[in-house]
Amino acid sequence: MVSRTTDDYMALACAGCKAVNEPAFWAGFDRASSQGFYDYFRQITEYEPKRAAKFCIDHYCWLCINPKESEDVVLAREVISIIPDFLQCDNVLGIGEIGLNKNTRNELQILEEHIQLAIDHDQMILVHTPHLEDKLKGTKLILDALCNHSSIDPSKVIIDHVEEHTAPLVMDRGFWSGMTLYPESKVTPNRAVDMLELYGHERVWMNSACDWGVSDPLSVPKAILEMRRRGYDDSFIDKVVYLNPAQFMGQSPKFKLS
Amino acid sequence: MSEKKTNLVDLGFMDARIKLIDIAAFLDRIDRHDQSDDYRVSALKGAFPELLSSETGRAARVLDLLSDQSTEPVSESNMQGAFGAPSPDQ
Repeated sequence: MVSRTTDDYMALACAGCKAVNEPAFWAGFDRASSQGFYDYFRQITEYEPKRAAKFCIDHYCWLCINPKESEDVVLAREVISIIPDFLQCDNVLGIGEIGLNKNTRNELQILEEHIQLAIDHDQMILVHTPHLEDKLKGTKLILDALCNHSSIDPSKVIIDHVEEHTAPLVMDRGFWSGMTLYPESKVTPNRAVDMLELYGHERVWMNSACDWGVSDPLSVPKAILEMRRRGYDDSFIDKVVYLNPAQFMGQSPKFKLS
Repeated sequence: MSEKKTNLVDLGFMDARIKLIDIAAFLDRIDRHDQSDDYRVSALKGAFPELLSSETGRAARVLDLLSDQSTEPVSESNMQGAFGAPSPDQ
């Protein structure tokens, strides 16, 4: 969690967190060259696992050039070309978070090339869907792009940042749905539990956003509290917050909970 | 499900009340400052009828109303962020 302090690792450890997923994401600014990504990939495959390990938390990551920076297709292709060098690292689970940001033709082209990269290297995929007014359209474009590849297995793809209007689209096509929780700006813990009630709890995981903006590493524990308030028992909660993500990530032979 | 179930109205009413008053105050505020002529405000007001609907799925329908409904990728974008409601140009 390059954007977070060790206080957050401590809070996660004290809340019972066993492992974290760090998708390659925006640095808060656009990187000037592919070398910046090379250094970043080293950071999340070499140093960040050690930082997490100090708190007895396993660290896994996903690699890509994120959609916010993929408008520049020349840079994006340079970054994609260095990803295979890192795919053998012990904590790399797949390609992500790929997807769309403003639903442009260039973003879509780079999404296609990331999908092909995942296929060529037999990698799982973690997808980021656009925010706010762009999410519905972007989710549909992403689903179409994935389904255009007959070799894509939906059970090995998670489409993140679903909300009430996009979760059914994702689930209907057999993909995993990711609910990234924020204190207020996007899906809150309460709304995440609402979605479990509306759309079911198979092929769904929830995760606490830990990014540059206002976000709360303990959002998932807060969703657990909300589930308890609504009368859900421990087996239901355990499935949603532990067994489901373990099932998805366990499709990678690298994923082992220590 | 366990036997213990909290009254969700007890739990959520005050929060919903606060948010409703916040929306009303926001509309008053932008009127006072002559800023209500904004496409985002129009989009927000366009979603209000869903709050009075008795049909479940209100959140999804509000999100749909605040979404870009076009289907083709755009040629390019000169910005990275989003505004929360589709621009009239979209």
